[in-house]
Amino acid sequence: MADSGSEEIAVIGNTDLTPSESENNLKNTMVEKGTNLLKRMEINVAEAEKRTGKNAVNMQETYTVYLIETRPVDAASEGTNPVPDSLWRRYSEFELLRNYLLVAYPFVVVPPLPEKRAEFVWHKLTADNMDPDFVERRRVGLENFLLRVASHQVLSNDKIFYSFLTEENGWKETVFETGFQAKADSRLKALNATFRVKNPDKRFADMKHYGDELQSVISQLLRVRARAADRLYGVYKVHGNYGRVFSEWSAIEKEMGDGLQSAGHHMDAYAASVDDILEEEEHYADQLKEYLFYADAVRAVCRKHELTQFELEMAAQDLTSKKQQREELATGTVRTFSLKGMTSKLFGQETPEQREAKLKMLETQIEEGEELVKERNTECDEYVKSAWVDIERFKEQKDHDLREALISYAIMQISMCKKGIQVWNNAKECFSKM
Amino acid sequence: MSDPVVDNAVPSGNSSVAIPTDISGQILDLDEDDDLEVFSKGTTLTEGSSFNASMQTSPASMINQYKFEEEEGDADTKDIFVTVDNPESFVTAIETYVTYRVMTKTTRSEFDASEFEVRRRYQDFLWLKGRLEEAHPTLIVHPLPEKFVMKGMVERFNEDFIETRRKALHRFLNRIAEHPIFSSTDDFKIFLTAESGELTSHKKQGPSFLSRMGETVKAVAASVRGVRNRPEEFTDMQEYVEAFTQKIGSLDKVSQRIVREKKEHLEELKECVPIYTLWSQSEEELAEPLKSMADCLDSCCKETEEQVKEHNDLLIPALHEYVLCTETLKAVLRRRDNIQADFEAKTEALAMKKADKDAMRDELDKMEDRLEWANNALKSDWTRWQKVMRTDLRSAFVDTAERNVNYYEKCLAVWESFLHSQRTEAEGNGKVDCS
Repeated sequence: MADSGSEEIAVIGNTDLTPSESENNLKNTMVEKGTNLLKRMEINVAEAEKRTGKNAVNMQETYTVYLIETRPVDAASEGTNPVPDSLWRRYSEFELLRNYLLVAYPFVVVPPLPEKRAEFVWHKLTADNMDPDFVERRRVGLENFLLRVASHQVLSNDKIFYSFLTEENGWKETVFETGFQAKADSRLKALNATFRVKNPDKRFADMKHYGDELQSVISQLLRVRARAADRLYGVYKVHGNYGRVFSEWSAIEKEMGDGLQSAGHHMDAYAASVDDILEEEEHYADQLKEYLFYADAVRAVCRKHELTQFELEMAAQDLTSKKQQREELATGTVRTFSLKGMTSKLFGQETPEQREAKLKMLETQIEEGEELVKERNTECDEYVKSAWVDIERFKEQKDHDLREALISYAIMQISMCKKGIQVWNNAKECFSKM
Repeated sequence: MSDPVVDNAVPSGNSSVAIPTDISGQILDLDEDDDLEVFSKGTTLTEGSSFNASMQTSPASMINQYKFEEEEGDADTKDIFVTVDNPESFVTAIETYVTYRVMTKTTRSEFDASEFEVRRRYQDFLWLKGRLEEAHPTLIVHPLPEKFVMKGMVERFNEDFIETRRKALHRFLNRIAEHPIFSSTDDFKIFLTAESGELTSHKKQGPSFLSRMGETVKAVAASVRGVRNRPEEFTDMQEYVEAFTQKIGSLDKVSQRIVREKKEHLEELKECVPIYTLWSQSEEELAEPLKSMADCLDSCCKETEEQVKEHNDLLIPALHEYVLCTETLKAVLRRRDNIQADFEAKTEALAMKKADKDAMRDELDKMEDRLEWANNALKSDWTRWQKVMRTDLRSAFVDTAERNVNYYEKCLAVWESFLHSQRTEAEGNGKVDCS
C-alpha cells in the first residue's frame, strides 16, 4: 500500500534525516549499486598508540588511539602517492559511530566491531586490553570494520561516517546533534521488550532463528578451539624439554653425543614453532568472532521487523475496536462487554447530546486510526523490502567469507604439517647418527 | 617335594589342578620368590656351591671367553630364537596367575632337541634373573618388567598390563639369549626346556635359605666396610651411572608428559567435530564445506589416536626399561665393590694374623682371582651394555621420529584434499580466490 509516486518516504527510525538525504539513501539502495565510498577512497587503520588523559570524571586514564589514514583512489593511481590525510580515533568513538548507524539504518545488518574485551582466550594471551597482540588484532579488526562500512551501498554514503573519517574535531558533537541517542534508547527498549507478533514474515522468523543457531554454534566452537590451542601449546613446548635433556645427556656420552646434541636443537625448534602456528590460528578465531557478532546484528534487524509488524498489528487492532465501539454507539446495542456499557446501564443512559459528542470523537479517532494503519503498513512493507535486500547481501557475504576462512584454516594446517614433517625428518637423521 | 605345587604349569583349560596338601611348600615357595630379590642383589659368589657349568672353569679361562664376545650376537650367527607369547590366566583355589608360552628354536648342540615349548609364569623369570645374578654378580642382566605397577591402580590381570609385561619378558629373554655368558648357562637352558615339574625341583636345588641368609649378612657387612682403593675406571662408571640415571629418568618423564598432553589435545579436537556437523545443518551453501571440515578433523583425530598409541607401545616401554637398567647397573657396581671390600678386609686380616698364614694366603689368592675376574667381567659387559643401550635407544628415537613424520604426512593429505575440493568448488561457482 505504498504511495508510489512520492520520493519523500520516511526512513524508519530516523525522522531527522532531511528529505534530500533520505532521497539519497533510497537512491543508493535501489538504484546506484556499486558507487560506494571505497571505490573513491583508500582507507586504512595504520597505527595504534597509547595515550593518557583525563576522562569524563576527571581521572587519569590510559587508552589506545588508532590512526585512520585516507587517500583518494585516483591520487594513488596517478603515481604521485601523496601523503594521506589522517586522524586519530579511539575505540569508544568507533562504538559511537556504530551505535549511530544502528539507529539510522535499522534495516541494515551493520558490520560489527572487534570485541571490546578479549574473550575465548587461551592461556598465553592475556585478557589485557593493553597487550600488544590484542591491540594489533584490534587494529586489524577496526580497519576491517571501516572497509565493510565503506563498501556498503547504503552505509557508505552516510555523512556522519564520512566525517568520522575526515574530521577529527567536533565529530562527536555532530553525531549527538542528530539526536540519535533518544531514538537509541527507545529502540533499545523496544528490542528488549517481549511482545507477540501474530503474522511475522516467515523469512524473518527463520532468519532470526538462524541467527540464534549461528551464535550458539560459533560460541561453542570458539570455546573448544581455545582449549585445543592451549593443549597444542603444551604438546609442542614439552618437546623443548627433550632438547634440554638431550643436550645434557650428550655431555656424558661419547659416540652418541653428536647425534643427541643436534637432535636436541631440532626439538627446540619444534617447541618454538608453535608460537607462529597459534598466532595464525588466532586469525581464524577472529574471522569466526566477526560472524559471531554479525549474528547479533542479523537478529537485531529481524527484531526490528517484528517491532514494526507489532506496531502495525496494534494499530489495526485499535482501529477495529474503535470501529466496533462506533457501531455499538450508533445502533445502541452492546455487542461486547464494556465498562462504559455497564456503567451507563447502572447509572442510566446518556443523553442524545452526549452520544453525539462521543460518536463525533470516535469518528475522528477512526479517521486518524486509518491513517496510522496506512502509515504503519507502508512502513512495514518498506522495511521488509529494504531489510531483506540487505539480508540477502549479508548471506552472500557470509557464505563467501566463511568459506574463505575455512580455506585459510586448511592452508594453516597444511603449513603446520609441512613444518612438522621437516623437523621430524631432521630429528630422525640426527637420531640415526646416535 | 613330591606333592604337586601351585607352580605346576598345566596346559591351559585344565582346571583340575591338584590342591596341594602340604601348604608349607607354598609358603617357602613364595618366600623364596620375595627373598630372591634381596639375595640376588647382595649375594657374593659362594665357593663350591655353584650349579652353573660355566662356573667350574677357572677364572683365567673366563677372562679369555670375553675376547670372543665381539663375534657373538650377530644376526647371521644367531643360533637360538626365543619368543614369549600367548598369555593365559590360570585359576586355582589359592591364587590366580598368568602363564606365558616360551618357545625356543635352536641349532645349538647342548640342547637335546631343536624346538621347545614350555609355559612359564613371572615368578619363573624372576628366579632365572636371580640365578644369573647370583652366578655372575658383576655381569649386567637386562631388567625384568616390574612386579607391581603402583600408579594408576593397574590390575595384574588387565589386558594392557599383561601385554606390556609379555613384551618386556620377551625382550628380557632375548637379551639373555644374545648374551655370550648367560645364554650358555644351565639355568637358562633349563628355563627354556624343562617341564614344570623338572623346573620346580631344579629351583629347589639352589643354596639353602640359611646359607643365603649368611651371604646377605656378609654382603651388608662388606658394603658397610666400604672399598678403600677403588680403581678410577669404576669410579668413572659410577659417575656415569648417576648421570645417566638422571637423564633417562627425565626422558621417561618428558615422554610420558608428551603422551598425556597429546591425549588431552585429542579430547578437545574430538569435541570440534560434532560442532561443525551441527553448524552445517543450519547452512545451505556452507553445509558442504562445514561437513567436509568435520570429516577432516575426524580423520586427524584418528591419526592422533594412532600416534599416541604407537608412542605408548614403543618409546615409553623402551625408555622405561633403561630406567630399570640403572638399578641393575648400580647393583652391579655395588657388588663389585663388595668383592673388593671383602678382599681388602681379608688382606688386612692376613697382615695382622701370625698363625694359619698359609691357609689364609690360599684363600686370599682365590679372592684376588675372584676380584680380578669380577672386574674384567664387569668391564667387558659394560662395553657390551653400552653398545646395546645405544642401539636400543637409537632405534626407539628413530622409530618415534619416523612415526611423527608419518603422522604429519597423513594429516597433510587430509587437509590438502580438503583445500583442493574447496578451491575446485569455488572456481566452479565463479568465485576464484587467490591464496
